[in-house]
Amino acid sequence: MSRKKTLTRALLFLLTIPVLLFVFMPVAWLVISSISTKAELLSIPIHWIPQHPTLSNYTNILTPGTATSEVAKSFKVVMRNSFLVATSVTALCLLVGSLAAYALARIRFPFRKGLLLGILGTRMIPEVSLVIPLYIIATRLKLYDTPWILIATYLSFALPFAIWIIASFFESVPVEMEEAALMDGCSRLRILFNIVIPISAPGLVSTAIFIFLMSWDEFFYALIFTSTIAAKTMPVAIAEFVGRYSTDITAMMAGGVFAALPPVLLSLIFQRYIVTGMTAGAVKG
Amino acid sequence: MSTTPRHLQLSLRQRDARTALLFVAPAVIIILLVTLQPILTTLYLSFFESQLGRFSVNVFRGLGNYIDMLKSAVFWSTIRRTLHFTLFSVGLELVLGIAVAQLIASHPPGWKFLRTSLIIPWAVPTIVTGMMWGWIYNADYGALNGLLSQLGLIKEYVPWLIRPTRAMNLAILADVWHTVPFVALILQAALATLPQEMEEAAAVDGANAWQRFWLIRIPLLRPAIMVAMVIRTVEAFRVFDIIYVMTGGGPAFGTVTISYLTYLETFKYGHIGNGSALSFLISIFSFALALIYIRLLYRQEDSH
Amino acid sequence: MSKKTTCVLAFLLVASVLLAACAPAAATTAPVAQGPVTVRILLMQQAGPTPDENNAIAAEFNKLNPDIQVVIDYVAYDALHDKIVTSMSANPPTYDAFLMDDGWYGEFQKAGYLLDVTDRITQVMKDGVFKSAWGVTTVGDKLYGLPYFLDTKYFFYNEELLKQAGFNEPPKTWEEMMNMAKVIKEKGIAEYPVVWSWAQREAAICDWVVLLTGNGGSMMDANGQPAFNNDKGVETLTWMVQSIDDGLSNPSSVTNIEDNVVSVMQQGKAVFALNWIYMENAVGFNETDSKVIGKIKIALMPVFASAAAAGLESTSINGSMGMSIAAQSQHPDETWAFIAYLASEDVMNRYSANLLPFWETSFTGDKLAALEALAPVNAVTVPAFLMQFPYAVTRPHLPYYQEASLALQLALQEALTHVKTPQQALDEAAAKWVELGK
Repeated sequence: MSRKKTLTRALLFLLTIPVLLFVFMPVAWLVISSISTKAELLSIPIHWIPQHPTLSNYTNILTPGTATSEVAKSFKVVMRNSFLVATSVTALCLLVGSLAAYALARIRFPFRKGLLLGILGTRMIPEVSLVIPLYIIATRLKLYDTPWILIATYLSFALPFAIWIIASFFESVPVEMEEAALMDGCSRLRILFNIVIPISAPGLVSTAIFIFLMSWDEFFYALIFTSTIAAKTMPVAIAEFVGRYSTDITAMMAGGVFAALPPVLLSLIFQRYIVTGMTAGAVKG
Repeated sequence: MSTTPRHLQLSLRQRDARTALLFVAPAVIIILLVTLQPILTTLYLSFFESQLGRFSVNVFRGLGNYIDMLKSAVFWSTIRRTLHFTLFSVGLELVLGIAVAQLIASHPPGWKFLRTSLIIPWAVPTIVTGMMWGWIYNADYGALNGLLSQLGLIKEYVPWLIRPTRAMNLAILADVWHTVPFVALILQAALATLPQEMEEAAAVDGANAWQRFWLIRIPLLRPAIMVAMVIRTVEAFRVFDIIYVMTGGGPAFGTVTISYLTYLETFKYGHIGNGSALSFLISIFSFALALIYIRLLYRQEDSH
Repeated sequence: MSKKTTCVLAFLLVASVLLAACAPAAATTAPVAQGPVTVRILLMQQAGPTPDENNAIAAEFNKLNPDIQVVIDYVAYDALHDKIVTSMSANPPTYDAFLMDDGWYGEFQKAGYLLDVTDRITQVMKDGVFKSAWGVTTVGDKLYGLPYFLDTKYFFYNEELLKQAGFNEPPKTWEEMMNMAKVIKEKGIAEYPVVWSWAQREAAICDWVVLLTGNGGSMMDANGQPAFNNDKGVETLTWMVQSIDDGLSNPSSVTNIEDNVVSVMQQGKAVFALNWIYMENAVGFNETDSKVIGKIKIALMPVFASAAAAGLESTSINGSMGMSIAAQSQHPDETWAFIAYLASEDVMNRYSANLLPFWETSFTGDKLAALEALAPVNAVTVPAFLMQFPYAVTRPHLPYYQEASLALQLALQEALTHVKTPQQALDEAAAKWVELGK
């Protein structure tokens, strides 16, 4: 009996290998490419392990010399912009979203159903379509090429999403506690901040991470609404390594690793919360 | 005892409702400004033949743009391609997701590491995913070519992205790599909360592992599967970023999806009217899909 | 119930007011501002003068015109078209002037984005600038900008490998080149002696125009109808397909863009290649990546024997870019002042390390010597430019060029990959062009 069990366990372990390979191989190649020289990257047969590994692709981006492309020189600023926009959007979504989510989840009021449907509906339109109208607003308000316009436009897809997810977390808070507090004459605001939010804190952390990753990831709006390092974000900077005729492939690889590090690290550190977040609304109770 | 006349006292319910409206107000205002207003503008534009930059020369066309789109061959071939992308992407994610979820749930040695690693493809930004896979598929120096030729599976390097259907399938592969973790982790969490009794009873009755898997576990997972499927279907239908970065819609329109077509019409050809009409056609379809999700969710709630 | 209806109606009213308030408005002409004016320019990243150089030029201009402030934004080439298009939806447009690619002139002119500058071109400019440069910014018989980056494709060849095969002179006709290629291949000097950039991108159209016009063919006929599918066109495409089938052109050509051609040449794997001028730096001066330093030369672009017999000396493709002003710009005069300054002979000469001037007069006498001495690569690129650019042919400035080019790119691909015959493929593309032109 235990032999069969050992066999099963061995088989299962073997099965994990292709999955791990599938997950890691592309990323490993990205990292390997980022520490290779251009000559090695363009060699046939392929150099799986670089013979002359180098960190120069990274140093070019972090401490650019005169030979580095203009794009690489501004990378640090660009990362900072990405952080600024992502954290602002996250903070706003959490604050405004929690308020709205609580009302939608717990309080019965007129238009509640319509509002829920409406909020869901706004997510349906493809982002590509909203660019021109948003651009018009941006230029009217003189917000073009500022982090503010990115924050505002990201809210268009992040806020509905945040409300939806936070609402489902709030719904799983035992309603009796709130009812008891209501009986005692607590205001809704107090209930929200003293009871509901503390209990669903892990869910809120999940949401925060999701929103942060969504903002960090966003590419097309950033491309259109920014043009200088005053507001440019990381995905746009990476795309710029592609020139008119030639691509700065090693810089792009190093840039890609940089761009991927914050979200990947964040996700690994808070993985428990991410899983919780993913299942919010998917599996009740 | 209160001194205000009864009919002027606000019931708890009404006060509650007022509080609720106050709570949702900031969110509603923001959404009105940054989401609803652009949507309405797009709707407005979809009824005109507009050219960017020359709004004063609008020609009202009523449903003309919509009809033009629905009559155009490019539209239908794009729908076909988008459906191909959606079906294969979601299908693969589902099959692989269930398999990986079950694998993790069986707790093989190192399952925790496996579950943690799964997060990585999902966390890598879309543009990096697109760029990374584009480099892997590179015709002259790509890793796929290198790997396959060193394994002896191909004699010469293959220009992977040159054939339309193949390019589409490879884009699907990249997308699946990026989103399978999402499905796998949802299903894995759902698996972990499944009640054991039914399976234990079945085991006692003599059902083997396969039968237990197919006849009990999968049906119990149905709600979670449905939810994951609908979320991913709506997202896959609207895919844009990875196409833009990896293939730019090529070759020969082979990877042009419906969102990308909207981009082409609006930005490359300058037909905002058509682009806007397309947007609404996409939205209607996505919204219908989302409504299915809500229905399923409420049905699931009722059945519990 | 009616309270709810009232609320819904109120909401819709608010929504429609919002909509009306923010809806795209017709362009209005604002009164010309007195006092300091800001002019915003959109340029391309990674090519031409560096931001430092551009900022220096802007600073000089500002000293001469204290009331005009110039702000320059940079984008990657891939985003340039979309950025210009979006900037047009603002009123006034975000950018007063921008760099544009040759292929967008038909489209942008029809859309009304471009300011007609025909009357602003001075006689000095008309006399001094290369005649073949004006084609870039011409639509109909009017000019919509100043040509800025002048570029054309050059015929590069590996002199060392050619000598090894026993040839001392580069070929003058394409037929001659293919004969040399056969010998090179037989001798085992290079497996695929010729490499092209025929990927399904604009790059393929560029090569196509070179070969087509080199065969005496043309893209359009005198009536503005597509002419590339006549027998000259079919002959040219058949020749292209044949060269791959014969193993003389590198099969990777079918997926190559210019960047790939550079790599192949750098590795010494090809003897003949077409590319823009930037390749010279990559193959001749990039010591890290190039294995063929000092071995690559540029010769006059060959033509087909029959065209040569009819008197055609050479041909090439005009891949230049132009600097144009937004039609709705609120400061056209100030913007033009800066553009003219940027393009003035003096400024261009002083800042020619990364951008060759477009003044014919810059390439004479002492100025020529100065130009060539400015950077080591200039010693090669400047004479090459003088030799080849006068033959540059511009692609048709059709309003529907984007879609038309896509159709032709597809046709070339389908023929090269044997999905269709050259005649079939070109006929279908021509039919598409006719349809788009309606």
